[in-house]
Amino acid sequence: MQYEAVIGIECHVELKTKSKMFCGCPNEFGGEPNTQVCPVCLALPGALPVVNEVAITHMIRSGLAFDAEIPAFSKFDRKNYFYPDMPKDYQISQFDMPLTQGGVVKYWLEDGTIKECRLTRIHLEEDTGKSSHAGSGDGRIAGSTHSLVDFNRAGVPLMECVSEPDIRSAKEAVGYLESLKRTFVMLGVSDVKMEEGSLRCDANVSIRPVGQEEYGTKTEIKNMNSFRSVERAIESEIARQTEILESGGRIVQETRGWDEVHGTTHSMRSKEQAHDYRYFPDPDLVPMEVSRDLVEQIRNSQPEMPWKRFERYRGEYRFNVLQATQLLDDAALAAYFDATVAKSKNPQQSLNFVLGDLSRLSNESNVAVRDSKVTPASLAELIGLVESKIVNSKIAKDLLERMWQNGESPKSIVEREGLAQTSDTGAIEKFVDDVLAANPSVVAEYKAGKVTVAGFLVGQVMKASQGKANPGMVQDLVKKRLA
Amino acid sequence: MSSEKIDVRYVAKLARIALTDDEVERFGAQLGDLLEHVQALAELDVDAVPATAQVVESRNVQREDALRPTLDRETVLAQAPQRQGPFFRVPRIIAEAE
Amino acid sequence: MSDTVSATAASIARDVNAGARSARDVTDAMLAHVDAVDDRVGAYLTRLHDFARAQADKVDARIAAGEKLPLAGVPLAVKDNMCLTGTRTTCASKILEHWVAPYTNTAVARMLEAGAVPIGKTNMDEFAMGSSCENSALGVTRNPYDLGCVPGGSSGGSAAAVAANEAAIGLGSDTGGSIREPAAFCNLVGFKPTYGRISRYGLIAFASSLDQIGPFTRTVEDTALAYDVMAGHDPMDSTSIDRAVESTADHLRTDLRGLKVGLVREFDTDGLGSEIDAVYKKAYADLEALGAEIVDVALPSAKYGLATYYLIAPAECSSNLARFDGVRYGLRVDADDVTAMYEATRSAGFGPEVKRRILIGTYALSSGYYDAYYVRAQKARTLIAKDFEKAFASCDLIACPAASSAAFPFNSKSDPYSMYLMDYYTIPMSLAGLPAISVPCGWVKAAADSAPMPMGLQLTSPIFSERMLLGAAHAYEQATKHAGLRGPAVGAA
Repeated sequence: MQYEAVIGIECHVELKTKSKMFCGCPNEFGGEPNTQVCPVCLALPGALPVVNEVAITHMIRSGLAFDAEIPAFSKFDRKNYFYPDMPKDYQISQFDMPLTQGGVVKYWLEDGTIKECRLTRIHLEEDTGKSSHAGSGDGRIAGSTHSLVDFNRAGVPLMECVSEPDIRSAKEAVGYLESLKRTFVMLGVSDVKMEEGSLRCDANVSIRPVGQEEYGTKTEIKNMNSFRSVERAIESEIARQTEILESGGRIVQETRGWDEVHGTTHSMRSKEQAHDYRYFPDPDLVPMEVSRDLVEQIRNSQPEMPWKRFERYRGEYRFNVLQATQLLDDAALAAYFDATVAKSKNPQQSLNFVLGDLSRLSNESNVAVRDSKVTPASLAELIGLVESKIVNSKIAKDLLERMWQNGESPKSIVEREGLAQTSDTGAIEKFVDDVLAANPSVVAEYKAGKVTVAGFLVGQVMKASQGKANPGMVQDLVKKRLA
Repeated sequence: MSSEKIDVRYVAKLARIALTDDEVERFGAQLGDLLEHVQALAELDVDAVPATAQVVESRNVQREDALRPTLDRETVLAQAPQRQGPFFRVPRIIAEAE
Repeated sequence: MSDTVSATAASIARDVNAGARSARDVTDAMLAHVDAVDDRVGAYLTRLHDFARAQADKVDARIAAGEKLPLAGVPLAVKDNMCLTGTRTTCASKILEHWVAPYTNTAVARMLEAGAVPIGKTNMDEFAMGSSCENSALGVTRNPYDLGCVPGGSSGGSAAAVAANEAAIGLGSDTGGSIREPAAFCNLVGFKPTYGRISRYGLIAFASSLDQIGPFTRTVEDTALAYDVMAGHDPMDSTSIDRAVESTADHLRTDLRGLKVGLVREFDTDGLGSEIDAVYKKAYADLEALGAEIVDVALPSAKYGLATYYLIAPAECSSNLARFDGVRYGLRVDADDVTAMYEATRSAGFGPEVKRRILIGTYALSSGYYDAYYVRAQKARTLIAKDFEKAFASCDLIACPAASSAAFPFNSKSDPYSMYLMDYYTIPMSLAGLPAISVPCGWVKAAADSAPMPMGLQLTSPIFSERMLLGAAHAYEQATKHAGLRGPAVGAA
């Protein structure tokens, strides 16, 4: 029997703010343990939370990116459960009135197809501290003798994005996650660094015979630390479930942990012991009425979404999937590229420079293109010089290196140093004549039928002109003289 | 509203309070008694009544995204029942059914 | 210096500001008085000799530099659920017995800034859950008017301190009557402002949507002084109201002309016994004699107050008290794994009343019961608030008892529910968030041969009408002077 997978993804994304969700402690990764804490985020007796306004606008911005509904009324609830790294032993979260409802995430696959996955909701909550488990040898919780807790992360604003079960393969899951990441980074609402834990996700996976409407029994997969591990974990889980069904078995609804080393999932706990979270409205916080003015103001300041840019790059600019993806995987680079195109009106040349020489210079110097001395305007100027054949590509490359070093405008370098390409027939003829006169044996070889030596002669002429001669004219003139 | 007997052991487990058998019995009776009194609310017709979670009518109380002083780590850890270096130390966490 | 300890806050502040006496002298006299009498009263869990003297010296320095401070040198008793940097803050619980607060409650900070001198931290029912102060895990507080009786609760320590002249102002917190009932029991003025008027930041929560800080004093004028200092918006408390505060101390009145006082049909005092009934009938007549028009009002849902309160307050407390888990501070009872540690710690650290309320609240919020209990209680809360709104359409103030009896002997209420009934008259105002004050209104004898014990008249009014409410309470106080029938058995000047 043919099976298809049904996958839904729950993603936790730490928001990028200066301070934490409910207090003024720094929201920064990697501080000395227990130094970014105060009465509020340590849940000292008597401390009270106050909402960070930027977290709210980040949420609205994120929701609007996916055309989600932003309800007029929203509130915070307490989710009650005990855990050592959760200071209050309840988490301030949102139960029945999240800040955003619904929406659609559009993403693309390697073949360029655009896919859609509906969102159930995005809600706002606070992160927990971090426990490290000791005594088990491998840092795992199983077999540990005690745990050490650092509360620096406690209270960091966290948005939970819950998808509908619209995803059908491990590759689609990765496409979906990449789209979330590109969007959040572009909006500036999160850094989305999986290695720093600012994006964490769980996947709900089930399979069903192709054509069947009804969902199969799902399992929840946890502990996936990279997009690559999401892909592997889902593939492994689909294979496991398929094997069970094919051998006549039954899937057990449970939570399974991904084991990166062995490449398999293992049972963590069964759903039967479901928590009783006792959600209720947090009486320490007041409800939110999200004004339509604020929503419209944010909507009007939204940048073009990655999937729309992807369609533009592919459709209008004719870039291939790899090129378009490469640009969009670096939000700052894509913005730089778009700014360049806006001025140069030459997408292909802009792409060549941005992904080519500029990216190389950026890698060599460890300075982001956006932060370099080469502005989109000066790059567009350089492209203009190439287009109008004022400089050839070789000189353009040299110019770019100098622009990178000192931020000078390419035009002023060209003017000052007289680097403009010459198309003056008389001047070029003079170079050609000099080169032919200086290389009689090569001319003889050509006349004897070895036409490939023309290239050498053209090169000599270019060299004599210090690269300024128009290469096309040089070629024509050399051939004409030898004829 | 029901007047079922309250499952004191389950509730105590949720609340993370260990109870002796005596306490289970005593609290069970007292809570049952209180629930009897609370049954009075069942007579109220509240279908069309909105719930009051808070009496203040404020909305959108938010603060600027700005830093405030943090607590000194030694002050914080000095109150810890058990610490290890810069960390709070707790007994082993039993992962559920692992 | 006997007159120093019994002086009102207003007169102490006047003298200290005028340079007639120093804050340090007042403080030294007060500390000596406390050391002499508090072993019998038991108002304080922690006496702050060094802190008090240092604060008094600071106040004197500020006065010497030309500042005028509204509470210069006024001795202050602070309920032990309010954080004060560097002092032990216990909530009268074993779970916090040795916890030292690293920050200060906003109301306390404002009192200190205004020149008040904290004499100590006072006893209370554990986590403010109780109506007699008997639920303290850390000490016994006795009623200064009869050492065999309770001072009331939960803010019994602060009430006893002010009654025994061990402070001029006591800070309490009121969730369902925890200021008004002990004020009545200890012959004091006790005031719970509108919910949200005084910041809760640094007040260890019992029930967040109900908790409110307020003062105990021996005069309405002192209450007004304290309120004016503490009231006002605090950006650290999201439920603190951002609205200008009307000062009260400069608007105290001497008659009630032009005011309508509502008497609640459902709060008839016939059932409280003839002696108590007579006290309240007299009080209502006195209000009328001061020029008030007496009108009849109805609060038909008020009888559901107790049931509503005993779902909402425990539900909130079950969550608020989860943080006492033995991880970051407070008591820990060691165990093999973290869950067993939580259970052992919380079992040993909380007393029976706290456990009862955590259990009932956990139950009311748990899966399957949430709508039947918690949501229904929230809706009943709406009905109670609406009743008051309707009543205030026909009156300015409502007058009723502050408690259903005078202070009772220790161990006389063994059944939890009979203790809960003490708050019958105070809970509805708490649920509606209204300002309410208890003012001494007369004396009753529990038995023919026993000494008379004080009773309190409760006045309540619409939200944010503190100026009118305290003004009216002042007129009643000045006209009746019930506080003067007899002094306390312990601590009299």
